[in-house]
Amino acid sequence: MSVIVFTLIILVGSYFAGLLGSLTGLGGGVVLIPLLTIGLGVNIHYAIGASLVSVIATSSGSAAAYVKEGITNIRIGMFLEIATTAGALVGALLALVIHAPVIAIIFGVILIFSAFMSLRKKSEVILQDEDPWAQKLKLNSTYPTSTGVVKYGVRKVGWGFVMMLFAGVISGLLGIGSGSLKVVAMDSIMRVPFKVSTTTSNFMIGVTAAASAVVYLQRGYIDPGLSMPVVIGVLLGALTGSKILVRAKSTGWLRWVFAVIVTVLAVQMIHKGLTGEI
Amino acid sequence: MVGEPKFRDVNMQAVLGWVLRIGVFVSMIVVFIGGVIYIYRHGHSIADYHDFKGVPQFVHTIPGIIHGIATLRGRAIIQAGIMLLIATPVIRIIFSAFGFILERDWLYLSITLIVLAIIIAGIFTGSAG
Repeated sequence: MSVIVFTLIILVGSYFAGLLGSLTGLGGGVVLIPLLTIGLGVNIHYAIGASLVSVIATSSGSAAAYVKEGITNIRIGMFLEIATTAGALVGALLALVIHAPVIAIIFGVILIFSAFMSLRKKSEVILQDEDPWAQKLKLNSTYPTSTGVVKYGVRKVGWGFVMMLFAGVISGLLGIGSGSLKVVAMDSIMRVPFKVSTTTSNFMIGVTAAASAVVYLQRGYIDPGLSMPVVIGVLLGALTGSKILVRAKSTGWLRWVFAVIVTVLAVQMIHKGLTGEI
Repeated sequence: MVGEPKFRDVNMQAVLGWVLRIGVFVSMIVVFIGGVIYIYRHGHSIADYHDFKGVPQFVHTIPGIIHGIATLRGRAIIQAGIMLLIATPVIRIIFSAFGFILERDWLYLSITLIVLAIIIAGIFTGSAG
């Protein structure tokens, strides 16, 4: 395939990956990597490198909009970034020694988990806890809502930190934002309000990805010819997605469609991994 | 900020938002320009990413990339844009560090510096192997 045709196909594919990733909150990487590897026969290491670059672009782009609104908790973000960046570094180093088929299988499993998480009903409890660690680290805060400023507390800081370490490893190993794991750590374990956890997770994803990207860059995983259409496509797709989200009333049906697509892709990745075709 | 002597979280959020926005915007323009040159010069070559071979030598080292930009090689310009993009969240961390200094929040200054140290460790781990 000539470079120009290849670039155009990837540009269009990445646009839709970014669009779906943004609409469902799963991120562009989860569709992008199967598209590149299964669809276009790209080596999984190059696919991971290119995906990681696009993760930095979308996360930084959307984080810019959220931090301005004052919903993002910069302190929770900074503190947990110790865990995610350390994990990402470990993940990127692991990716250098783990065989491609094993990476494909791990990818499939995380994909299914993410799809499942995106369908979960969210129940929100605003805590007013006096967790000693949360107080020491000044993690309790407030955020603006339509009915006024809401004060919230967080709990189980230590467990949240451990979960973030794992999220970082997965992000570094697979080249995805692993937003669903970050949201588990913040929503389910630490009880950070949903809006705060989503925007803070987005804020952290860019830094996490940068930590593993510096390792990948030096090992030659980030190819400019491939990354160029990927990063432009995913970013434009994510921008379109965020514009649609502002107007859309419900994305419930879309989540279902996406969960089905993602599960099919995940099964394919696992199958290719098990048969060693990747 | 007149009559507002204390630098607060709200100010910091506004600054961080701008750092991220400018970083993404500038790096995307650089990647796009590099992409146009790359397609113009190599559009009819064969794209082959099936086997992992690393990246061409001229985009693998900083001097190589600088030389490539000087000679208008598309992929060197793209790679420079990508490096700028990777640097964006790191620059955001450096700005947060200054923000915490202005807030006199030494605990969070230390936390920010630890995150920065982990990323710098990654830069050295990569080149060691």
